[in-house]
Amino acid sequence: MSKKPTIELRTSPHAHAGGDVVRIMRNVVYAMLPICAFTIWQFGLSALALLIVVTATCMASERLFNRLSSQPSSLGDWSAAITGILLALTLPPGFPLWMGAVAAFAAVALGKALFGGLGMNAMNPALIGRAFVQAAFPVAITTWTPAFFEGRFTSFVPTTLTPPFLQPPVISDWVTSVTVDAFSGATPLALQKFEGVQMDTLDMLLGTTAGSAGETSALLILICGLYLAARRMLDWRIPVLVMLGAAVTAGIFFLIDPVKYPDPLFVLLSGGLMLGAWFMASDMVGSPVTPLGVVIYALMIGVLTVIIRLFGGLTEGVMYAILLGNAATPLIDQLTQPRVFGEQRAGK
Amino acid sequence: MGLFDLFSGLKTFAHGIHPPYHKDTADKPIRRLPFPAQLVLPLDQHIGKPAIPLVKKGQEVVRGEPIAKADGAFSVPLHAPATGRVRGIELMPTPKGPKSDAIVIDVYDGSTQEVLWKQPREMSELSPTEAIQAIQDTGMVGLGGAAFPSHLKLTIPEDKTVDTLVINGCECEPYLTCDHRVMLEHPQALMRGIRYAMRATGTSQAIIGVEDNKMDAVEILRDHLPKGGSIKVESVETKYPQGSEKMLIKSVLNREVPAGGLPADVGVVVNNVGTLAGLGRLLPEGEGLIERVITVAGPGIVKPGNYLVPLGTPIRHILEQVGYEGSRTEFILGGPMMGPAVSAMDTPITKGTSGLLVLNEPSIEEESHKIWPCIRCARCVKACPMHLNPSILGQMAAKRKYEEMAEDYHLNDCFECGCCSYVCPSNIPLVQYFRIAKAINREQAA
Repeated sequence: MSKKPTIELRTSPHAHAGGDVVRIMRNVVYAMLPICAFTIWQFGLSALALLIVVTATCMASERLFNRLSSQPSSLGDWSAAITGILLALTLPPGFPLWMGAVAAFAAVALGKALFGGLGMNAMNPALIGRAFVQAAFPVAITTWTPAFFEGRFTSFVPTTLTPPFLQPPVISDWVTSVTVDAFSGATPLALQKFEGVQMDTLDMLLGTTAGSAGETSALLILICGLYLAARRMLDWRIPVLVMLGAAVTAGIFFLIDPVKYPDPLFVLLSGGLMLGAWFMASDMVGSPVTPLGVVIYALMIGVLTVIIRLFGGLTEGVMYAILLGNAATPLIDQLTQPRVFGEQRAGK
Repeated sequence: MGLFDLFSGLKTFAHGIHPPYHKDTADKPIRRLPFPAQLVLPLDQHIGKPAIPLVKKGQEVVRGEPIAKADGAFSVPLHAPATGRVRGIELMPTPKGPKSDAIVIDVYDGSTQEVLWKQPREMSELSPTEAIQAIQDTGMVGLGGAAFPSHLKLTIPEDKTVDTLVINGCECEPYLTCDHRVMLEHPQALMRGIRYAMRATGTSQAIIGVEDNKMDAVEILRDHLPKGGSIKVESVETKYPQGSEKMLIKSVLNREVPAGGLPADVGVVVNNVGTLAGLGRLLPEGEGLIERVITVAGPGIVKPGNYLVPLGTPIRHILEQVGYEGSRTEFILGGPMMGPAVSAMDTPITKGTSGLLVLNEPSIEEESHKIWPCIRCARCVKACPMHLNPSILGQMAAKRKYEEMAEDYHLNDCFECGCCSYVCPSNIPLVQYFRIAKAINREQAA
């Protein structure tokens, strides 16, 4: 007792599990980096530029809204960076950069800032951004680029550098010039839906197909998602149940008519289902907090995805399925309040 | 999580947390500390009415002598923990927070450990009512921390029937090992206390629940069980808050105490091992509760251990004896999950104090104190042993909708274990909000 200590006074608990929001967010970013690396390897400079522009725009928009609302900068929580990276991964790799910037601004402005920032948003901001450009630029968002095309590390896809406020050029000639085998400009989903051609399972697993920048390799997404789940920064029930819901729904239709409808494995591996299930449906902010609610929410997304894919005008249904799931979350939470310990079952 | 619990067959409850346990003092035998120069004995150190002083300023008291009597049934007496002279009845700091009236005793230099005041009796001759009276006369309260008078706890309401006595040997709070040591060192006293409690309550079976990080205690207790099988020892999962009454009853008996109800509603009465070991020792001798075992631990303590200290010992005296270091320090009475932090070094050890922890700056909280928005991660929902929804409750507390919290979201079922605050990655002080909400609701109701 040489010198007098400063006595700290706090209320219990005096222990904390450690780990905080920033660490969770940072790990989500880490988990997406391999997917980013893969898409850059697959689609080259265009994918890299898209990732940079979209992420930077998200962060700049976040800062702008911080300033407009006289709040301290919230860039440190990494959530704007996550929105940016996720959004870029859902866009076609050759998406015009200026449109990517519009999507990014819409994501942060409409998807997040409008609701009051981190934790307040009703729906996944990245998907709000994507939905915005899906409506605004329907052609650009369905213009696909072949994977591993020649010269991808030295030149951009022609559409990438479209000047602001102009529509991108038609790239079918360019596509034939850079691909060895015939590329129809369609994703596995579109091929299946409109032409009845089913892509090879292994190709979809490894990601040698066309598609949005980050959705092509189902296997890689699965590994990255499992990393987050293992570190308990993601509720594994959500992606697993989304996939289950989708597989069962697809399985039913496949049994009814195996010629017309795709098999469940194809449904799981194609399109954005993997990315959506592991990185977007699992977003904590937009998913229910109650155990039963999580089950309902995730199954609903899985089922809706397949319904939209099979019967909607669009080839892909993940985005709207997740947004609908997000929208239903408050209601699901309200209806699935856990039974309190000691509360009589009969009373409820 | 969850999945594995199903297969392990281990007795437990749903939810809860696994904090680092730091049970480093588990192998430290109980030792006595020398008497301090002065003892501070708050009259309200138990739940219920404060005791009524029996002594005057300047009066000489001997170790063991009653110095305050119970104020009716909802109160317990106090006994002098050491021989000395009453300095007076003064306002002194207490672990509860506000100062309250306390009998202050200047201890004589030559005061011995011998208890000079006792009324030995044959317990087997007492009727249940007389036994309850004898228990009240010891001044015994729940030593696990609640400080609820033991004679009240062992009095079964007339409209209830109780079949099982559950003895709580979980000690689920990190750092604390005093109950563990009592089980290891005083199993006979504990068995005696259990028999007294069974007779007083008319229960036919008793189950001692011990967390499975104390298997040595489980074995020793099993060696001391009486024949006939009326007393059992069950090991339960090491998980916080296993030592909460409702959780332990669920774990060992799979009975759920109804919301807002008492263990007696499901035919159970629960007592802490320290309490019953104390009764087992005190009742036949007719002595009063004058000392207790506490765990002194934490990174700031030089000689951590389990110490038998006289009630009323100021924490300053204990810290001088065991030594402590650190520049920014937190003093906690009890465990780190629920124990209050104290600022005054004159604060005494009371009947309900199970430990004195000194946490230095790095272990107080390694992360920054910044509070982030709730990101709805649901960790609190998965941690809450009462299956409440701390996430929603926290948001409502921020909007000061305190009444709605109680009416629609079961605020009053929260027993403030602190699991929600412990797991919250946004550092939201959830249980702290709930305490405020409950206090304000109580005030409004009054």
